[in-house]
Amino acid sequence: MSAKPILKKLSLLADAAKYDASCASSGTVKRDSMASKGIGSTEGMGICHSYAPDGRCISLLKILLTNFCIYDCRFCINRASSNVERARFSPQEVARLTLDFYKRNYIEGLFLSSGIIRSEDYTMEQLVEVARILREENRFQGYIHLKTIAGADPGLIALAGLYADRLSTNVELPTEAGLQSFAPEKKPETIRKTMASVRVGAEDAIEAAKSRLIGKAMPPRFAPAGQSTQMIVGADAARDDDILKTATNLYSGYQLRRVYYSAYSPIPDASSDLPPVRPPLMREHRLYQADWLLRFYGFERAEIMEGAPGGMLDLTIDPKLAWALMRREVFPVDINRAPRELLLRVPGLGTRAVDRIVASRRFGKLRLGDLAKLTASVKKLLPFIVTPDWRPGKLTDSADLRARFAPPAEQLALAL
Amino acid sequence: MLVTPGDFAEWRSAARGLLAGGVAPEDVSWRGSEEGASLFGDEAVGASAGAVSLPRELLEIAERVICHRDPEVPARLYRIIWRAARDRQLLARTTDAEVDWLRRADKAIRRDVHKMHAFLRFRRLGKEAVRESFAAWFEPSHHIVRLTAPFFQRRFYGMDWAIVTPDARAIWHDETLSYGPGGTKGEVPDSDIVEDQWRTYYGAIFNPARVKVNAMRAEMPKKYWKNLPEAQDIAPLLAGAEARVERMREAAVSIANPLTDKWRTRVPDELLLDDDVNTLDELACAVDRCTRCPLYCNATQGVAGEGPERARIMLVGEQPGDQEDLQGRPFVGPAGQVLNEALEEAGLDRRRLFLTNAVKHFKFEPRGKRRLHQNPTTGEIDMCRWWLDKERAFVQPDLIVTLGASALRGVTGKSASIKSMRSRVHELEGGTKLIATIHPSFLLRLPDRERAAEEREAFVVDLTRAREFAT
Repeated sequence: MSAKPILKKLSLLADAAKYDASCASSGTVKRDSMASKGIGSTEGMGICHSYAPDGRCISLLKILLTNFCIYDCRFCINRASSNVERARFSPQEVARLTLDFYKRNYIEGLFLSSGIIRSEDYTMEQLVEVARILREENRFQGYIHLKTIAGADPGLIALAGLYADRLSTNVELPTEAGLQSFAPEKKPETIRKTMASVRVGAEDAIEAAKSRLIGKAMPPRFAPAGQSTQMIVGADAARDDDILKTATNLYSGYQLRRVYYSAYSPIPDASSDLPPVRPPLMREHRLYQADWLLRFYGFERAEIMEGAPGGMLDLTIDPKLAWALMRREVFPVDINRAPRELLLRVPGLGTRAVDRIVASRRFGKLRLGDLAKLTASVKKLLPFIVTPDWRPGKLTDSADLRARFAPPAEQLALAL
Repeated sequence: MLVTPGDFAEWRSAARGLLAGGVAPEDVSWRGSEEGASLFGDEAVGASAGAVSLPRELLEIAERVICHRDPEVPARLYRIIWRAARDRQLLARTTDAEVDWLRRADKAIRRDVHKMHAFLRFRRLGKEAVRESFAAWFEPSHHIVRLTAPFFQRRFYGMDWAIVTPDARAIWHDETLSYGPGGTKGEVPDSDIVEDQWRTYYGAIFNPARVKVNAMRAEMPKKYWKNLPEAQDIAPLLAGAEARVERMREAAVSIANPLTDKWRTRVPDELLLDDDVNTLDELACAVDRCTRCPLYCNATQGVAGEGPERARIMLVGEQPGDQEDLQGRPFVGPAGQVLNEALEEAGLDRRRLFLTNAVKHFKFEPRGKRRLHQNPTTGEIDMCRWWLDKERAFVQPDLIVTLGASALRGVTGKSASIKSMRSRVHELEGGTKLIATIHPSFLLRLPDRERAAEEREAFVVDLTRAREFAT
């Protein structure tokens, strides 16, 4: 392999990594470099050190070890049959880059992935080696996110969990059929088994910590920021309902911290049967909103789907509002009496606002003026709430309520 | 009162004295020390009448808010602690105008701190020193150098650094943190050798097909751009984005990379037909690949039976549960625990039994972070009997113990109540004996402890009968 200059490699291997949406550096244990006298800390809350003009946060050095790949997944720029220029970092080079960037406060840490070279096990070994160099040779205490290669030996995954804060295995496509057609070498059951071994590893570590003898050192943590995955949206025919179904299965089965939804983005040298369209960014956004409703608002998938005819989320209004418009009988909700679970169902009230309402109403009845201090926008709430100085009357059931929220249809430009 | 902007210790000691002396907020005039002398003297401070206790949270907020650039802050803060000393619930009154102001000011400071943690950029000083040293120039909106320095200390313990701002500086040298006066941008190097790599990375990680300038500017406001080395690339990246996407769209798909086949040397696993399964190990692989019914779609893996090929007794359960699904082995979850204990009591050695399930994939309903077990339908049990029969053919047990109704259906092909079959030894076609009993998970579900103990005893009796049969 001819040695490419580092800038060239960086450019190729960062470009190849940008289709992975995950960039989180949060949710791990608190660590610092005071005891080790090395470099690095994690503070629980992640930090976005920069933003690219695509609006995405840059928190980690997100790169591939190599973009050579023996798989031929058609949605992927690095598939074996693609004519993209190839490059490969040595583990030492990646460690060096990470430290150089970290010391200048550009990043929170490293997110390392790779094309599959030689075998799943060999590739996983190389990723683990980078993490080992950082942690052991350089006393690096910053954040490390490693991609787990589906099908790699569980022993390697166990080792990865000892060095990394987070592990992730991408399910790539939401349905079995999609995966079979677009990524013939990837097997959904292999991906699920890999996720299962991460969950088992984490649970074993917690068990070991619980049953340790008093006075003995804590056993090592296993991927304290948990595991995540990514699904590509809009490359295949999967509906939002299928996507959320897969997401709920993954959340419940493997204790994922996050499922990322990544709008399929056209890639250079694309496979001919993929949509050469703009990425469906609004659809991606709605899926994230639905995901939040599932995780933080007590919604079941079937409820979200009540406001999503045909299994597709409404693109013009958010999924909570869509649900509320279908279930008007639930509203209006009395801000001063409703239980927390019901307040969470009010369009326009987020978890923070609900917490503040519940805390404040102990001191007296909340009126509209008070709500203005506690929430972002009272206007959106009006049809759905009751306060001592406000009753929506017929507004809650009015036929044109949807129009009140949906952005006005744009007038088509007349051809001159 | 005379206080230095952003100096919490100074403000706190002044405020503490005033509060203890019972000096009302309207009787105090606060002035920043750089604005010259205060209108009134400091005579009110002396009259200390013991410390006044304040909520810890309020002090934490005050420590941040005192860094606010608004000159009214010391006075407003004093008014709030004056009230808080008389009303312990004050902070919870989020609709109160002053509390609202406090929360907003605190939010502004925290945001400023967060942005300083994020957007400060170090540049390397000199070269080849034993201990690397770096310097950064940053222009925060408020007086937050002392609030942020501990973060950089925790993070960059192993190198020397200095942070210079217009108001103050923080220096970490030889493992000691110190503060000093403000400075100028000129004190910090104007370049760093790694910045080229960082800018290359910034350009490469940008996806031109998803331009969202407002999202970027909301989180990284323009006022920070002048000190961010990568920000000079924003305009050119945006200018070229449309054309790059257009080129992607227009470029004809090139023919496949000629090396494709060389790279993809591996052939997919030899497809083993289910009928060709010749050993229990092969059977386990085949079960894992089974797609006869849709249960495989959501389960992690097919869980085949486990135990010696010549076991005399075969135990059949219903289906793998959460843990069995994750670990790929039968009876390793909570029900497996119950079973293990009961087996021991009955004098049966688990290692000499063959344990399996009527259905090989886990059927569940996702509910938040958990998967709730769902009973398999008779259709699913019947579909999966193909595998159970294979296992029976390999192991050829003398006795089968069915645990629960699903197992009974799986073995006999007929639905019957356990009650009607229990306490007797039945004979199956081919001479194999059958004992029907309950599933151990049934014991876990019984809320009544007395009843659970009775049922458990009956379960052990059934297992003991099985042992007697086998010896």
